[in-house]
Amino acid sequence: MILNYLSLSVILFCLGILGVISRRNVFTVFMAIELMLNAANLAFVTLARLHESMDGHVLALMVMAVAAAEAALALAVVILLHKHKGKLDTNVFSLLKG
Amino acid sequence: MEQTATYLVYIPLLPLIGALVVGILHLATCRTNRLPEKLYGILGCIGPVLSFILALRVFFTLKGLAAEERVLTQELFTWFSVGELDVSMGFLADPLSSLMLIFVTLIGSLIHIYSIGYMAEDRNFGKFFAYMNLFLGSMLILVLGAGPVVMFVGWEGVGLCSYLLISYYSEDRDNVIAGNKAFIVNRIGDLGFVLGMSFLFWGIGADGFDFLSLKANAHNLTPALGITVCLLLFVGATGKSAQIPLYVWLPDAMAGPTPVSALIHAATMVTAGVYMVARFSFIYAHAPVAGAVVAWTGILTALLAAVFAMYQRDIKKILAYSTVSQLGYMFAGVGVAAYSAGIFHVFTHAFFKALLFLGAGSVIYALHHQQDIWKMGGLKEKMPITYKTMLIGALALAGCPPFSGFFSKDEILYSALATGHYGIWLVGVGVAAMTAYYTFRMIFVVFHGQPRDREAFNHAHEPSKVMTIPLIILAVGALFAGFLNLPGIFGGDLEVSHWLAPSLVEHHPHTSWFVELLAIIISIGAFALGFRAAYRKFGAGADEPSYTGFKQFGYRKFYVDEIYHYLIVAPYQLTGKAISYFIEPYITDGPVKLTSWLYKMAGAAFKLVQVGYVRVYAIYMVIGLSIMSLLLAQSLNL
Repeated sequence: MILNYLSLSVILFCLGILGVISRRNVFTVFMAIELMLNAANLAFVTLARLHESMDGHVLALMVMAVAAAEAALALAVVILLHKHKGKLDTNVFSLLKG
Repeated sequence: MEQTATYLVYIPLLPLIGALVVGILHLATCRTNRLPEKLYGILGCIGPVLSFILALRVFFTLKGLAAEERVLTQELFTWFSVGELDVSMGFLADPLSSLMLIFVTLIGSLIHIYSIGYMAEDRNFGKFFAYMNLFLGSMLILVLGAGPVVMFVGWEGVGLCSYLLISYYSEDRDNVIAGNKAFIVNRIGDLGFVLGMSFLFWGIGADGFDFLSLKANAHNLTPALGITVCLLLFVGATGKSAQIPLYVWLPDAMAGPTPVSALIHAATMVTAGVYMVARFSFIYAHAPVAGAVVAWTGILTALLAAVFAMYQRDIKKILAYSTVSQLGYMFAGVGVAAYSAGIFHVFTHAFFKALLFLGAGSVIYALHHQQDIWKMGGLKEKMPITYKTMLIGALALAGCPPFSGFFSKDEILYSALATGHYGIWLVGVGVAAMTAYYTFRMIFVVFHGQPRDREAFNHAHEPSKVMTIPLIILAVGALFAGFLNLPGIFGGDLEVSHWLAPSLVEHHPHTSWFVELLAIIISIGAFALGFRAAYRKFGAGADEPSYTGFKQFGYRKFYVDEIYHYLIVAPYQLTGKAISYFIEPYITDGPVKLTSWLYKMAGAAFKLVQVGYVRVYAIYMVIGLSIMSLLLAQSLNL
């Protein structure tokens, strides 16, 4: 039973990574990151149940709070990016190119 | 035994404070509103005059003590202490330094006062006085230093000021080159001084490295080490005091203003070498071989410089070579262990040579910076005070009795004769005749006969009182200074020698009065011979000779400067070029360039990784985290 939950968490996480790597739209990348956070939350909650302690629950709640704050910040950044270049393609933003 | 005196430090400090104040004032105001020259003149003269008063106080304090107890010391602080070397910033006044103090501060003060007139309307009036004060302070540190290290501070300080003042008219490239030459040649000598000091420390420095301790321990020095120390210190002296082979800078140093030539390059700084040898007499006295080297170098320098002086046409160059020549006499004196005779010649020479230079300065000033004696002539009527005072100086320089130069020079020659250095005596007598010749050649050509340049002659006039009064005071000194050290044959008692005796290690040789009288008669004869030759040739006004043959050879100073250039300077420059064009770019730069090239290559390799897309960085993160996770799993044996 536990293994199923954990497998789901891993699958969600890998989907998130795949999204970040393969998609070029900033919004999609952002959503993929949220997916990864929720995968981690699922793992926390599952393991909390397994060990019968509250630590995992507490962490999951904190991750949600952080994710909410991050969402507000990230959306602001996305707006700025759009103002700057008029596009939301991540390949346009490559100032760090060596 | 030794007493402490808390005022010794003020003797060098007062001129140094003057230098600071004048220098800051000048720097702050030279660009916008220049302060009046009077202010600088007064500020510049306060320090030297107060130092002179303190020097007199030192003298009278010492005079009040018993002969063997005439030592005043002051220790300010421990300067540095490394291993066995313990150097304190201290000052020492004994009869030797008190004599030096008196004439350095007296002549320094007079020349400062003279400079107010000579440097009038100069753009950098303040700078000049700042440098002059700095020089005087350094010179007094040199004279008062309680040990070789403190002495060396002054030694370097005067060298620096000499450089600054030679290049004073720095708009002219030649003056700058002359300053550089003086500085570089002096550095060669300074290296000898430093090495000599090191050897001295190695030998006997462990029990205190000041003159009093060194003197007490001098007997522990092995003979070989003693000779090494003496010769190395003498290398330093040849640089500072312009002896063979390092004399070449002094004639070029005449590029500086005339008061500088009088103070630094005639009266005080260049005699530092003689003072140093006399100061170390406790070592030199036990190394007769080194003494002989000093004496022969000195007398040969005297001869060579006298030959050059006979053929120069620049009035300051004539005096410069005569300075070199007289310095040679002084070294001959200290070389034959007649230290007091050498120092006494330093003392009298300071008066008459400063006088001659200042006189030459007022001639140059009157003729609007004309220095060629073959453009002068007949100035006797136009400048009577300058003429009379310079005549006194010339008679003293030429060694005419009873002027001061006669007694001091004769004392040196007599000491050489009495200690059995007949060769030195003979050359010395010959040089004395040549000295009389070139001195009166200058006097006759400049002041007698008909003016050669009518227009300049008509504009010539006696300078103002601020310049003539120092001349008169110095003339009095040049006239009477010799009587301070009358030998027994003239009814005197060698007072200066006895005064100096506690500071020096010397034995007065004794010969019969007949030999002494004979030596004196021969000296007078040499003077008469030289004077007669000059009078017959130039007395009635001579035309400018054509410089051909030996005259040309002498005028060009035997081409020594050219020889030095091709033997030393040119190869040195060639080495520098070889290093700069071959060794540096192809050999030593190799490793440096290789290192930078490696970094460049590494950078190019890492550049490929930095693509700039955020997705790719995510891949790197995933790869890195995966590897870390795998390693973690492995280390936990999962």
